[in-house]
Amino acid sequence: MDLISEEKLNRMTSMEKIRLILDKVKTGRIVVLESGLTPEEEVRLIEMTMTEIRVDEFSGIEIESYPAKRESSFVGRLLGRNSSKGRMTVIGPANQLRTVEKDQYQISTKVSVGD
Amino acid sequence: MGVFKSLRMNLGIWLSRIFGKKRARIGIYGPPNAGKTTLANRIVKDWSGDGAIGTVSPVPHETRRAVRKEGLVINANGASIHLDIVDTPGMATKIDFREFMAYGMSEEEAKKRAKEATEGVIEAIKWLDDLDGVLLVMDSTEDPYTQVNVTVIGNMEARNLPLLIVANKIDLPHAAPSRIKAAFPQHPVVQISALEGNNLDELYNAIALHFG
Repeated sequence: MDLISEEKLNRMTSMEKIRLILDKVKTGRIVVLESGLTPEEEVRLIEMTMTEIRVDEFSGIEIESYPAKRESSFVGRLLGRNSSKGRMTVIGPANQLRTVEKDQYQISTKVSVGD
Repeated sequence: MGVFKSLRMNLGIWLSRIFGKKRARIGIYGPPNAGKTTLANRIVKDWSGDGAIGTVSPVPHETRRAVRKEGLVINANGASIHLDIVDTPGMATKIDFREFMAYGMSEEEAKKRAKEATEGVIEAIKWLDDLDGVLLVMDSTEDPYTQVNVTVIGNMEARNLPLLIVANKIDLPHAAPSRIKAAFPQHPVVQISALEGNNLDELYNAIALHFG
């Protein structure tokens, strides 16, 4: 399992984050991001995941996060876009990480090894 | 998205709000088997009299290509709203062909469906950039706090676009639409059964209110 700090994530571009996550998850690692991804990055991660699914090799990811915190600024309102701050996120291979329960305050997952 | 493109799009939204929007393009989103196509078929039938735009099936990922129906006019809440609706493939973070074999498909059929389903998810994601609003369909018998729901809601909030949550399948015995309201209190929720046609007037009023 890899816990990736907010400082490291802040130094990376969106594509670098997505590549890092997928490379780790495809080798069977569970990744925990201290500050998570923005909603736009999450949807791009799902998109990239779909392109990399292979029969009997990789069936996708399990990802769980809390809703991003919205931060509205004058410029953001002018551009019609709210900036979002991601929150702690756990991502793993779909065949090894399973979400047991999730609500606004807690994510419970089960990790199976050697599948 | 570039700053100038974003600024231009937002200016367009402001102008259309001031001078009256000609037609809103609304995407129907949600996880597989939430009842998106059943709802799309119901809306099309109610407001155009046309037949189904998509096939409904208990097998997940039955819809693997987005289908657009143009030029619907919904009269509700004392207003007329012109809509294009886009029925999108179910959003998912994982697709395993073995899941389809459990429904009696051969391995070959299941693998083909899995491949097409991955393409469908990508198509649904691409459509997010071309919409004026989203109907997010959730199955009222399921836990609403899924990553697909969180991600779609987050993206609509980031784009500052209207979102209406449709708590579907309220005709089923274990339906608990109150869980959906509790999970996403910041967004309007309408409880319906697309299959039985329950509470659709309330849905059309909400569509006119939020997308008009």
